[in-house]
Amino acid sequence: MAHINETPILHKGTAVNEDAAAGITGRDIRLSAANLFIAFIALLIGGFAGLLQGLVRSGFFELPSWISYYALLTAHGVMFILVLSSFFSIGYLYAGTSRVLGGLANKTIAFGWAGFALMTTGTLIAAFLIVTGNANVLYTFYTPMQAHPWFYIGLALIVVGILLNCIGMFITYQSWRKRNPGKLTPLFAFFANAVFVLWVFASLFIAVFVIAMVIPWAFGWVATIDPMMGRTLFWAFGHTLVNIWMLTSISAWYVAMPKIIGGKVFSDSLARVAVVILVVANVPGGFHHQILDPGLSVNVKFLHVIQTFMIIFPSLMTAFAMLATMERTGRAKGVTSLLGWWKTLPWSDARFFALIVAMFAYIPAGLGGIINASNQINQVVHNSIWVTGHLHLTVGTTVILTFFGISYWLIPYLSGRKMTPTINRLAVAQTVIWASGMLLMSGAMHINGLLGSPRRTANTSYNGHSAAADWAMYEMLMAMGGVILVVGIILLVYIWAQLAFFAPKGKTDFPIGEDYSPSDASPLFMDRWSIWVALATVSVAIAYIIPLIDFASGHNPGSPPFLMP
Amino acid sequence: MHIHRYEKLWLIIGSLILAVFLGILAFQTFFLEMGPPSHAEMIDPQTVRESEIFADTELKEIGDNEYEIAIIAEMFAFQPGDLEIPAGATVHFTLASPDVTHGFKITDTNVNVMVVPGHISKVSHTFDEPGEYLILCNEYCGLGHEFMANTITVK
Repeated sequence: MAHINETPILHKGTAVNEDAAAGITGRDIRLSAANLFIAFIALLIGGFAGLLQGLVRSGFFELPSWISYYALLTAHGVMFILVLSSFFSIGYLYAGTSRVLGGLANKTIAFGWAGFALMTTGTLIAAFLIVTGNANVLYTFYTPMQAHPWFYIGLALIVVGILLNCIGMFITYQSWRKRNPGKLTPLFAFFANAVFVLWVFASLFIAVFVIAMVIPWAFGWVATIDPMMGRTLFWAFGHTLVNIWMLTSISAWYVAMPKIIGGKVFSDSLARVAVVILVVANVPGGFHHQILDPGLSVNVKFLHVIQTFMIIFPSLMTAFAMLATMERTGRAKGVTSLLGWWKTLPWSDARFFALIVAMFAYIPAGLGGIINASNQINQVVHNSIWVTGHLHLTVGTTVILTFFGISYWLIPYLSGRKMTPTINRLAVAQTVIWASGMLLMSGAMHINGLLGSPRRTANTSYNGHSAAADWAMYEMLMAMGGVILVVGIILLVYIWAQLAFFAPKGKTDFPIGEDYSPSDASPLFMDRWSIWVALATVSVAIAYIIPLIDFASGHNPGSPPFLMP
Repeated sequence: MHIHRYEKLWLIIGSLILAVFLGILAFQTFFLEMGPPSHAEMIDPQTVRESEIFADTELKEIGDNEYEIAIIAEMFAFQPGDLEIPAGATVHFTLASPDVTHGFKITDTNVNVMVVPGHISKVSHTFDEPGEYLILCNEYCGLGHEFMANTITVK
């Protein structure tokens, strides 16, 4: 595309191996493409499950007796939250890392495929049990509800597969550092490594929970389980997952967006600081899902609120960096008026348009997150469909639209094709459709939540109660939003198929921005992950030691399993 | 590492707003006692139905227009059934589950608490406005979850 600035200015901060940047090797392409393929199938299945839910809840449609609303809900959650996000982040980050570090190490390829095999097998097992009605436990699978024991084996395989991918990423990252002493890793690789460090933190919590506690209990080898321990370990994983998506998304905002708009990275060092704060402060955020739980004192909960709020700081940094990048790019093009640079942005480029709409969605999404985490205010919204609306703004709009934007260069980059102006226009239309569908659906969910409507509940009038009657109109809007979103998914799959198999052959670049000025380069110690992992461990310890000791020493009599259905 | 003057300003203002916000939350929590329900007491889920607190589940007047009731949240009902209280009454709810995790939410109020098996939850509310309030379970608890509801009538 004409507006892309191709000036090859290099300096230490984001040194790129230009030989490798010409294109990545076939084996790296195959690994990334395989991961993306599963992610896209998950999007299709999860999307249609979501549409059916909207139609059922609003009373437009009644499900056949062989499948329940809650099976659809489980499928929607597992497909989007576990499968789509993990496979996509691996496919995208592996490809980008290969691009900036000059290829993946041999061992990384081996770990990558082994992880892929485990994750795919786990997904198939879990999906089969969900669809056959043997795992109506939702993606949070709160004990002592119990699914078919093999459902947990499926989840465990996914988690172990993710851990193998983490090892793969660390091998390539560290071998590059060994080969380039005294050099700072490229910013994209730094982001990718951070995401996989968070995957390790998240996976360890859920692995301990599923493998050491749930599986022995589900197979009947252990009689009881402590549900509070389970909630705590699950949300240490669940909320870390949220920041894994965010970090994956903002890697594109920080690194690719400047290149797409013809500018430069605003500040390499501040980007790395934001990443490090997210990694260090993130895990304890999980506790704000438990503000209304018994067994945690008011004081401990307030400590968790403060720790959760620390994540807001890097978001403020990101907001500043994004706008500053855009303004500087406009100024460099000669714009002098206060806001004139806004007009010089490449609005008709789908790669940019999807990203900036995602950024706009992040403003209300972030505000909603602050409300949810605000201790006593949480009572107003907890477990209402407001929270579902929040999730659809954060993951469903900010993260997913960023993923879509990424796919517009990632797929042709991997398939050796070029985006045509027609596909680009379709992709812009897709962004508009997606954003309007989400605005309608998520807006209706937010309002309905404030009116008291619960999340995760099949269609019911609560015996004709007047409170529930007020929700009906918004449930209809939710269903309409869902229909619009499915149109968006169908259009997207068409675009992806074009980009993967039919678009004209050619060279597409994986956009990697360069630093604005060498004085913004980070000090070398930023690359020493042992420091950040140690600090993150301290922050986890501050949040978790008191509650976990309380639960473990509280002599919880434990709960036997309750099979669903 | 160079930080732009505007960015410093933006981050300082942002952090100050956050600090003030946290200060207000802390004031409400610790001085106005508006903190979230956080009762800490254990109970064996398998003995909830026979236990001293929950076996005798009816509304008890314990003071001037002040009531107390123990409620069992189970698949898929709250026991005992619908409640009736005079306007202006303060009710102290004590809750436990004999089976899976449930939620206890009264619409048009801020009463909202998790009922996790193994723990006793407590929450109180003063019902000033007359009307029929809907009590519902807001945590998925199984295939009959959407039927788990009661009413509390304030006269």
